Amino acid sequence: MDLSKVINYLSNYDGEPIKIMEVCGSHTAAIKKSGIKSLLSPKIKLVSGPGCPVCVTASSYIDRLIELSQKENTEIVTFGDLMRVPGSESTLNEEKSKGAKVNMVYSPLDTIALALEKPDKTFVFAAIGFETTTPAYALLVDKIINNNIKNIKILTSLKVMPPALSWIMESGSDIDAFIAPGHVSVITGSRIYEEISDIYSVPMGICGFKSEELVLGIYGIIRMYNKKDYLISSGNGLVKNFYPSVVKPEGNVPAKALVNKYFKVSGASWRGLGEIENSGLLLKDEFSFLDAGSYDLLIDIKKNPACSCDKVLTGKMDPRQCPLFGKVCTPLNPQGACMVSEEGACQNSI
Amino acid sequence: MNMNTDINSNKTITMSHGSGGRSTSELIDEIFATSFDNEILSQMEDSSVVAGASKIAMTTDSFVVKPLIYPGGDIGRLSICGTVNDLLMRGSTPKYITCGFILEEGLDIQLLKQIVNSMAETAREANVLIVAGDTKVIEGNGGLMINTAGIGFIEGDRSIDATRIKHGDKIILSGNLGDHHATILKTRLSIENNLESDNAPLTDMVKNLFKEGINVHAMRDVTRGGLGTVLKEMAVKADVNMEITEQSLPVSDTVKDFCGILGLDPIYMGNEGKAVIIVPNEESENALSIVKESQYGENACIIGEILASDTEYTAGLEKSLSNGNVYMKTPIGGRRVVDVLQGEGLPRIC
Repeated sequence: MDLSKVINYLSNYDGEPIKIMEVCGSHTAAIKKSGIKSLLSPKIKLVSGPGCPVCVTASSYIDRLIELSQKENTEIVTFGDLMRVPGSESTLNEEKSKGAKVNMVYSPLDTIALALEKPDKTFVFAAIGFETTTPAYALLVDKIINNNIKNIKILTSLKVMPPALSWIMESGSDIDAFIAPGHVSVITGSRIYEEISDIYSVPMGICGFKSEELVLGIYGIIRMYNKKDYLISSGNGLVKNFYPSVVKPEGNVPAKALVNKYFKVSGASWRGLGEIENSGLLLKDEFSFLDAGSYDLLIDIKKNPACSCDKVLTGKMDPRQCPLFGKVCTPLNPQGACMVSEEGACQNSI
Repeated sequence: MNMNTDINSNKTITMSHGSGGRSTSELIDEIFATSFDNEILSQMEDSSVVAGASKIAMTTDSFVVKPLIYPGGDIGRLSICGTVNDLLMRGSTPKYITCGFILEEGLDIQLLKQIVNSMAETAREANVLIVAGDTKVIEGNGGLMINTAGIGFIEGDRSIDATRIKHGDKIILSGNLGDHHATILKTRLSIENNLESDNAPLTDMVKNLFKEGINVHAMRDVTRGGLGTVLKEMAVKADVNMEITEQSLPVSDTVKDFCGILGLDPIYMGNEGKAVIIVPNEESENALSIVKESQYGENACIIGEILASDTEYTAGLEKSLSNGNVYMKTPIGGRRVVDVLQGEGLPRIC
């Protein structure tokens, strides 16, 4: 079946209405760029999930970073997106303009050069993200330990995806199917979704990020949904890998081993969602000397009480239905995290 | 007799070069006046007196790019190109430029000479005279910033303005997107590839369009904010809707790969020698071949058009009866709304 026939099918689809959540922020951005939504029949609805790492970072984490940025002889090292995420009162960007020391980098390993250049300063790397980025932080930790570097610490807000997907289904969501994350799956492998798919009877398709890959993935998911294959419980649910060039059933085994060497499973606070059991990672106790204070960052306070990020992230509200959307909350002045990142559901709806 | 002046024995700029005394004179005489030499500048009075025109275009711009020298150009060349192109976009012929230099203590004098020479050479290429200048020295770390003003003469009652854009007009883009932006970023990130900045004065291209009698409706220099921002601003000002085709956008394979890795979008990347030229449909093919035959226009393309006022898009997009929208047709046939660049995008690049 060629692409134009697939697109034709999706445009004219008249079967059972289906609501598909794309979990990963990069998918949200790719869907917008591809213009796919303009091609879909009204019976196919795509909603964005909690897979943009900066969007689900709790306010207490940002507050702690700001606090550290104001400490004498301490400098923060971060990716650019995090700079604009609101904490309970301020952002790193605002604090930087008032003199806080914040370095923007493109790779966690850049921190090592900074630390060697200024041995009298302590550098705190803001390690946020999902399974995709955690191996890079594990590598940083590995280098710090092997090279005995004394002036780097990390502040972590690391999350794992499957418990969040379970949480969404438990919270009474009406999601019919998932576009499972592509990059996360490269690390974790495709098997990690089988249990959720089985328990909640939701078909899941792992998709790539190119327009054609997304179109074919959505088509595949709709076919799975309509065939109802997932209702026949095999114990493995119904998970299909539409991204087999890079996603393997077992994932990236060495990367997972490196993560397991340094990190342990913990509870984590998700912006707008609250604390979800076993959904986070923290440095293991024997490496806690490298931690800059990540163990008790479970509080999440809304900058604006009317912020609806929680409802948006669980697919219960369209970003445009939020009372703040586009008025009080804009990409230049985000009230909630979904408006901060290019991968956030709200910024992508502007 | 010791012929070594202060400027030749010093290797870097010191505060005394900004004193207004002997060191300042030497700096001006031996670096700026030597490179920029022309009859008007050599008046060396408090202001320069020049011949005028009945209608002039004026502009001002500041340049703070880091690094000061990058593949394909430097801050000096950039300052002339940026100023000249702004003047050209209103249909004027650039004539005079002034430049204010803010030098930071510790600036390497050889580097300054190199930048000033490059500026002089670019001014000759663009056929403009540098008629006045100023130098200040501030404390700092060897940096350099340039502020310019430019004056261009306008022939007769020529008027180039976004409000002249009409339905059916075609949109020409004068060459590849993203080269400057990607070059600055790769230099900062120490990524090796063969990219060079596109910084160039578009004097020849604009002159040829008018010489051949093309009825240019509007032109814009596609700098910071990129094509997306420029088109959206024009659409709002002209109160029209536009549609461009993603597949027609000229982007080099290297920039495409670079964007893929860093998650950038070529339509929001800055350029320093690219124009959007809007012309009547019936003149568009002729205008395109003139641009393609002009210096720096070899990759020009027609990228889209101004939509008829009654065009409505409903498929998947909210029904929009208002004007001021820019749409982009994606390769899979979807349609995406193009807005201005949100937030700061990336670090300063010009």
